[in-house]
Amino acid sequence: MPAVVIDDVHKKFGNLEVLKGVSLSVDTGQVVAIIGRSGSGKSTLLRCINGLEVFQSGQIEVAGHKVDQDPKRLRELRKDVGIVFQSYNLFPHLTVGQNIMLSPRITQGVSDSEANTLARDVLSQVGLSEKFDSYPDNLSGGQQQRVAIARSLAMRPKVMLFDEVTSALDPELTGEVLLVMEKLAKGGMTMLLVTHEMNFARTVADTTVFMHQGKIWESGPSKQLFSAPETTELRNFVTAGVSGVH
Amino acid sequence: MQTFGWPEVLFILRSAGWTIALTAIAFVIGGIFGGIFAIMRLSRVKFLRRFAAGYILVIQSIPVLMVLFMSYYGLSAMGIELPPFLAASASLAIYVSAYLAEIWRGCIESVPRQQWEASASLAMTPGQQYRYIILPQALRISLPPTVGFLVQLVKNTSIVQVVGFVDLMRAGMLVNNATYQAFQIFTLVAAIYFAICFPLSRLSRHLEKVMNASRSH
Amino acid sequence: MLFQEVLSKWPMILNGVMLTIALSFGAIVLGLALAILLTAFRSLAGSWAGYVVDAYVELMRNTPFLVQLFMIFFGLPQLGIRMTGLEASILAMTLNLAAYATEIIRAGVDSIHKSQIEAGMALAMSKRQVFQYVVLQPAFARVWPALSSQFVLMMLASSICSFVSVQELSGTAAIIEQDTFRSFETYIIVTVLYLVLALSLKLFLNWLGHKIFPQVSGLARVTEAHGEAA
Repeated sequence: MPAVVIDDVHKKFGNLEVLKGVSLSVDTGQVVAIIGRSGSGKSTLLRCINGLEVFQSGQIEVAGHKVDQDPKRLRELRKDVGIVFQSYNLFPHLTVGQNIMLSPRITQGVSDSEANTLARDVLSQVGLSEKFDSYPDNLSGGQQQRVAIARSLAMRPKVMLFDEVTSALDPELTGEVLLVMEKLAKGGMTMLLVTHEMNFARTVADTTVFMHQGKIWESGPSKQLFSAPETTELRNFVTAGVSGVH
Repeated sequence: MQTFGWPEVLFILRSAGWTIALTAIAFVIGGIFGGIFAIMRLSRVKFLRRFAAGYILVIQSIPVLMVLFMSYYGLSAMGIELPPFLAASASLAIYVSAYLAEIWRGCIESVPRQQWEASASLAMTPGQQYRYIILPQALRISLPPTVGFLVQLVKNTSIVQVVGFVDLMRAGMLVNNATYQAFQIFTLVAAIYFAICFPLSRLSRHLEKVMNASRSH
Repeated sequence: MLFQEVLSKWPMILNGVMLTIALSFGAIVLGLALAILLTAFRSLAGSWAGYVVDAYVELMRNTPFLVQLFMIFFGLPQLGIRMTGLEASILAMTLNLAAYATEIIRAGVDSIHKSQIEAGMALAMSKRQVFQYVVLQPAFARVWPALSSQFVLMMLASSICSFVSVQELSGTAAIIEQDTFRSFETYIIVTVLYLVLALSLKLFLNWLGHKIFPQVSGLARVTEAHGEAA
């Protein structure tokens, strides 16, 4: 059963068309990596899936919810769809524990003690149990990003979106975040990730999608896509490697 | 002719209490409305946004003295006689609401956009976003400018004596009318205002420094 | 409501408007000039000059404009210095505005990077030339928006000069009100006039800023969120 169905989505910023008819289907438990140059529309596509960006035409269905701009339906959707951002976006005035417990308590009616257990559970999943009472400012970038993942997990999402989650990190800190994501993938979470980590896409993602100029240019099983790219654009992109992206 | 002695000094000092009371009341009432206007100013509803913007623009473009006269004479033209203390607090509260609305709007807007996105992605309602995420952060940012504005308010209370309310300024004028020792009297009055305002100014600057320091790490 | 009676006094009202404009314009020009002198004094003379200027600025910023005005109008005669209400008003407004403007310009000067001054020195400019071309002009451009709002606030605060019997706009209002007993109508008309004056002044200062500092939009602006008079 598909967990995410994207059907012919068009999106414009003013006169600039950034998504020119994108269709994509992701099965439950599948991990899909979206790669491409800056400006190819990959992040915009991801943000359309949980309604952070409004698209003009086409349809998206995720975890059984249709994406539209009705605030109430959008909130229901977001309870089932987690997103992790490039800049972590932890709440700086709350401790790690409070960051994680807040939303389950106020949006899902989880009791205080239950939320506490839940928070400790997801924190141990990302290996940061001892940071429960720390403030985000006192954590490294990698630790903050792991907390952000834990915060999303505490909502018990059916689908997780990752928007270039390692791009803001120093190279030596990306590993710990990718490790957490790999564990999640192996645990059967449905994941869509926009990434510049080609190695991670090739080894962890079931499917890789290459976006170019607002379209899905090429897609397929990750190993096959990277070893035998069909289009020149993807071939150039892969050989240029990560260094050519930014 | 009376001379400017201890009884007069005490009278002036006691009246300073009314200046502080007036400041406190105008600040609290004005602050409540200021908060409402700040959020209206940022509302997604166009009418609310425009209304708040218009209110702020008008009040910030007329002298506080006119706000005072308008509320005092406007209401008495309608047959409502407000006691001076009420008229003074009401008009100062109007003045406060417009300025604090503008200051606080800036503070709310300076909470990074990503905080809105992150909290929305966690399925929070706009009310929950304000209450748990945005306002606590905006409140921190707003401390230095709000304390700074308090200084302006204390100083502006000096004009409400025109409706007959005896505050620090009025007390000074009354004593002056009786003793004609303006230089000593207004030096004392100025010193008392300074004693109230200067610590607030310093506090505002101190808070700003603390916040800049905590932002940079 | 009977506006006709009040409006029939339009020559008086017009005089009031003109006097408010004249007072504000005078105070802006003189206050700004004094502020520039104080800024130059602070940065060119020794550190004691800094303390003197700081003390002046703090004193003016932490006492009400009305007290300053009364000190000049009622207090100074005791020391043998007598002034008319108009003279006292323009002096009080100038001294008050100068303090705020000095503080604002200081923020602008502080925002000029030290390397700029070193570059000026390296180009064999004198201390005074560096101050004028490298420090003051760019600093001004950056703080123009903050200065503009301070000017508008001073114009609004000029209404307080009616307390020393100056017949500017609000002083005129008091007289018309006594003549006609139409308080509410009078103050509505006068309030609207202040609104028009304030908005016009804002637009004018904006236009002037773009005229004098064409680079202004390209510079990071230093604005004081709440610089205020009165």
